[in-house]
Amino acid sequence: MKLIFEKSQPGRRGLAVPRPDLPVPELPAEQRRSMPPRLPEVAEPEVLRHFTELSTRNFGIDTGFYPLGSCTMKYNPRINERLVGLQGFAGLHPLVEDDAAQGALELEWELQEILRELTGLDAVSLQPAAGSQGELTGLMLFRAYFDDRGEGGVRRKIVIPDTAHGTNPASVTMAGYELTPVKTDARGNIDLDDLRGKVDGATAGLMLTNPSTLGLFDENIEEIARTFHSAGALMYYDGANLNAVCGISRPGDMGFDVVHFNLHKTFSQPHGGGGPGGGPIAVRASLEPYLPVPVVARSGSAFRLDYDRPKTIGRVRAFSGPFGVFVRAYAFMRSYGPTLREMSEVAVLNANYLLARLKEAYDLPFDRLCMHEFVLSARTLKREHGITANDVAKRLMDYGFHPPTVYFPLVVPEALMIEPTETEAKETLDAFVDAMLAIAREAADSPELLREAPHDRPVRRLDEVRAARDPVLRFGFGVTNEPSPESVGARQDDEREIA
Amino acid sequence: MSYLSLTDADREAMLSAIGVESIEELFRDVPEGVRLRRDLELAPALSEAELQRHLSELAARNVADEVCFLGAGIYDHHVPAVVDAILQRGELLTAYTPYQPEMSQGVLQAIFEYQTAICELTGMDVSNASGYDGTTVAADACFVAKHATGRARIVVTEATNPQVRQVVKTYAPGFGLEVVEIPHEDGVTEPDRVREAAGEAAAVLFQHPNFFGCLEPAAELAAAANDAGALPVAHVDLVSLGVLEPPGAYGCALAIGEGQSAGNAMSYGGPHYGFLASRDDLVRRLPGRIVGETVDTEGERGFVLTLQTREQHIRREKATSNITTNQTLLALAGLVHLSLLGPNGLRELGETCLALGAYAKARLVDAGLELAFPQQHTFKEFVVRTGRDAREALKAARANGIYAGYPLGRDYSGLGDSLLVAVTEKRTVAEIDRLAEALGS
Amino acid sequence: MAAGESYPDDLSYHPEHDWARFEGDEAVLGVTWYAQDSLGELVHYEPPDEGSSVVKDESYGEVESVKAVSELISPLSGEVVEVNQAVVDAPETVNEDPYGAGWLIRIRMTNPAERDQLLAAAAYRKLLEE
Repeated sequence: MKLIFEKSQPGRRGLAVPRPDLPVPELPAEQRRSMPPRLPEVAEPEVLRHFTELSTRNFGIDTGFYPLGSCTMKYNPRINERLVGLQGFAGLHPLVEDDAAQGALELEWELQEILRELTGLDAVSLQPAAGSQGELTGLMLFRAYFDDRGEGGVRRKIVIPDTAHGTNPASVTMAGYELTPVKTDARGNIDLDDLRGKVDGATAGLMLTNPSTLGLFDENIEEIARTFHSAGALMYYDGANLNAVCGISRPGDMGFDVVHFNLHKTFSQPHGGGGPGGGPIAVRASLEPYLPVPVVARSGSAFRLDYDRPKTIGRVRAFSGPFGVFVRAYAFMRSYGPTLREMSEVAVLNANYLLARLKEAYDLPFDRLCMHEFVLSARTLKREHGITANDVAKRLMDYGFHPPTVYFPLVVPEALMIEPTETEAKETLDAFVDAMLAIAREAADSPELLREAPHDRPVRRLDEVRAARDPVLRFGFGVTNEPSPESVGARQDDEREIA
Repeated sequence: MSYLSLTDADREAMLSAIGVESIEELFRDVPEGVRLRRDLELAPALSEAELQRHLSELAARNVADEVCFLGAGIYDHHVPAVVDAILQRGELLTAYTPYQPEMSQGVLQAIFEYQTAICELTGMDVSNASGYDGTTVAADACFVAKHATGRARIVVTEATNPQVRQVVKTYAPGFGLEVVEIPHEDGVTEPDRVREAAGEAAAVLFQHPNFFGCLEPAAELAAAANDAGALPVAHVDLVSLGVLEPPGAYGCALAIGEGQSAGNAMSYGGPHYGFLASRDDLVRRLPGRIVGETVDTEGERGFVLTLQTREQHIRREKATSNITTNQTLLALAGLVHLSLLGPNGLRELGETCLALGAYAKARLVDAGLELAFPQQHTFKEFVVRTGRDAREALKAARANGIYAGYPLGRDYSGLGDSLLVAVTEKRTVAEIDRLAEALGS
Repeated sequence: MAAGESYPDDLSYHPEHDWARFEGDEAVLGVTWYAQDSLGELVHYEPPDEGSSVVKDESYGEVESVKAVSELISPLSGEVVEVNQAVVDAPETVNEDPYGAGWLIRIRMTNPAERDQLLAAAAYRKLLEE
């Protein structure tokens, strides 16, 4: 399929703009654009066709089952798209005075109240743009808290389990902390013996997802909380796996002091191919003074943005946050109400059903009931047939499924991390099981089917080594407009090539 | 209203396959001490019709129909209908990050095209797949500059958007960076002031056109940075780049900004997208996702996420950033908008903003108002002195259905009487005449 | 085409999977077969500058594959006299010939006594088995 740049012909245009009958002021010569940008010249029908064709080469939750672990690929309700488009939301400028934004501010307030109830914590900031930014914000809150108590200089370390998602250690570095890793035991819990030696007066806190990326609830969470709190340290909850425990167990009750949510996981904001997301945080009262500014405040029935926050860590993103994401998350939550608990119950039921039916055919690293997701290993398939988790993933595509997460968490070799979510029908789960069982058989009987998979996608397996060794990160623009099936020829003509 | 499909019969069959009696048993590993043993205290579930009623009531309580002369980083541009149509394609809307490239060629190719468009507009060599917004990409750029130069100071102009500066200052302590601000002089920045401060700087960050809408001496600011061994970082507006010289042409190391003007509704501040592009020697330090071209086993062109060793899922604590989920769908909207405009449409859009802006300035001056920075060339926005507290002037204008602009008093001393007025292609001569009438006298 | 597994006897080894070959007061450094096998096909080599210093047990550069990045740990202290540009241009050379054409840097040793702290091939092989 051609790039839109390869469909460009001089003189074509897709959008006319208003041209008032007014003179255009002259810009100083050195400020004026000398070489026009090579944006595509394409008429509107072809633009629409181009992006429509691109969409047909993609697979979304709307297309089929998408069991990526820790991503919570649940149905994205379509009513939410209609609501986000209401003129009172879409057409509202973020810098209008508060009196012009009472509906928006009330929505933010009510969203905050729901998040407080789900966590059992005291205060919320909606500002962080995604889970990673929520993590970084949470760690900045830790620093502000300890600085305020004169302990900032000594409390330098954050404890993270070896099963943690990569954003956790990256956030630790960005916040200026040091990483203390802790091991996972044979039951999939944090190894308490390893932990005890690692928590002391130099520890700022813990970053944990519970249930973990193994899909397992840490049975010792109360002991862990005691360990950190008695050392004067704080606990941060990575909310990526919240879908397992809404209405079942609240992170505040587990002992966590700061929680981030992933509105694009648990609360149905569409992933959009890589974003947008929303990463609001909830905190215990002791951390409330440091929250990012502004906070949403309420006086009687009026709402406002409060900038008078002397101890704030500052602003982490523009305005009050990604408002369109709030609209969708709020609508999702209001459509469930207290039955959010049932959402989690079914998420856990669906996962355990798949686990029960797949654990004979694949290796199961931790023999426990799971929560909303579970991890299998293809290590036996590798040892006996040379088939890897990657091969299993590619062959699942031939069966019409998006693969689960592979090679994560790192503590499980040839890992397959599977999260069905609660919005899947039993028939879909059964079809997925049938496919996985068939693939396990194929690994023994006809492994070349796996190694050459996928067969029916727009492309076969892609050469990722080449992409990393000789990066081509933009279109090179050929000399002529003749279509070239690959831009190798074009590349030679563009002297700004990436080496 | 829920989106669950399991029937009672389904549940029975599944519980039986698992080998438990009830769903409650599935939670047996959760210690009793942390179990919530009551219902969630939330308002009852709403049906779709009730949901629509409730949200419509909330939306109706916002005032979004006053004629919008408000800018200050987010602009009331026309978002073409084709953008909406494409964003509603479920295969794009509901897809995850393209870690499995064979399932995601649509998104991957779109990001590759977006990266190309950003490079073309900014004149830089490489772009990432987007950052959260126009403020966080400034923090990203500081992080890149720190690692590229080994220096610990950031110089930023006061004429850069206040929220951008605030976010940089929030991130700076964790990065070990000191932030120095250069005050504006008559609405722009004097290159010699930058030269004085840039000696130990990792980066010099300036906005162009700046927060006041004024054209900075961009080439001189970049030169001052380069001469001092600091990386020049220009914060720019995509819509301006059809008529203004881009950062790549005047020596910048990084070009960043808020992409909202291309393809996104204002939506009370988000979600939008930040863009970040750089010279190619910085590519391995760039945060965020990057898409590259490759071939499959049959020699067909395809696209993949590449240079992933920069990212958190491989490099972990040594990552260039912790960013994972970014703003792909919004960036895709920007790409669609830019594809519809093409270079000529973008140029005309810029010219229309210039023409209407000049008309607005003239009408306001005729109405007895004073421009704050009459010597400066401006694009899309300008600052007008209202002769009284700007918030009062705004109130009076709003009473006539005109949202006249952004009062600058909270962010800049000496500008308490001033409004920042934005004029996009959606504004008409008649609306500008009403603005002048509302503010004049 | 990756090389077959081997750990030549004429080299000395560091536990972080680097090797050294001694040539008078200079040493040539690289990564072992085990290192290139763990990383997979290399796509990038970030070398130190010629003339810069390297310190025993500290990082002097990086190699990257598609799925991993690895610091290069120096077995010895010294001054970099030559960088293998051939590997910068074609990092996969390390996979094909980790001990020959895939050498990474040549240094002039500043503390030759450090050589005694390195492992012989047999000892390194034993370390890998653990």
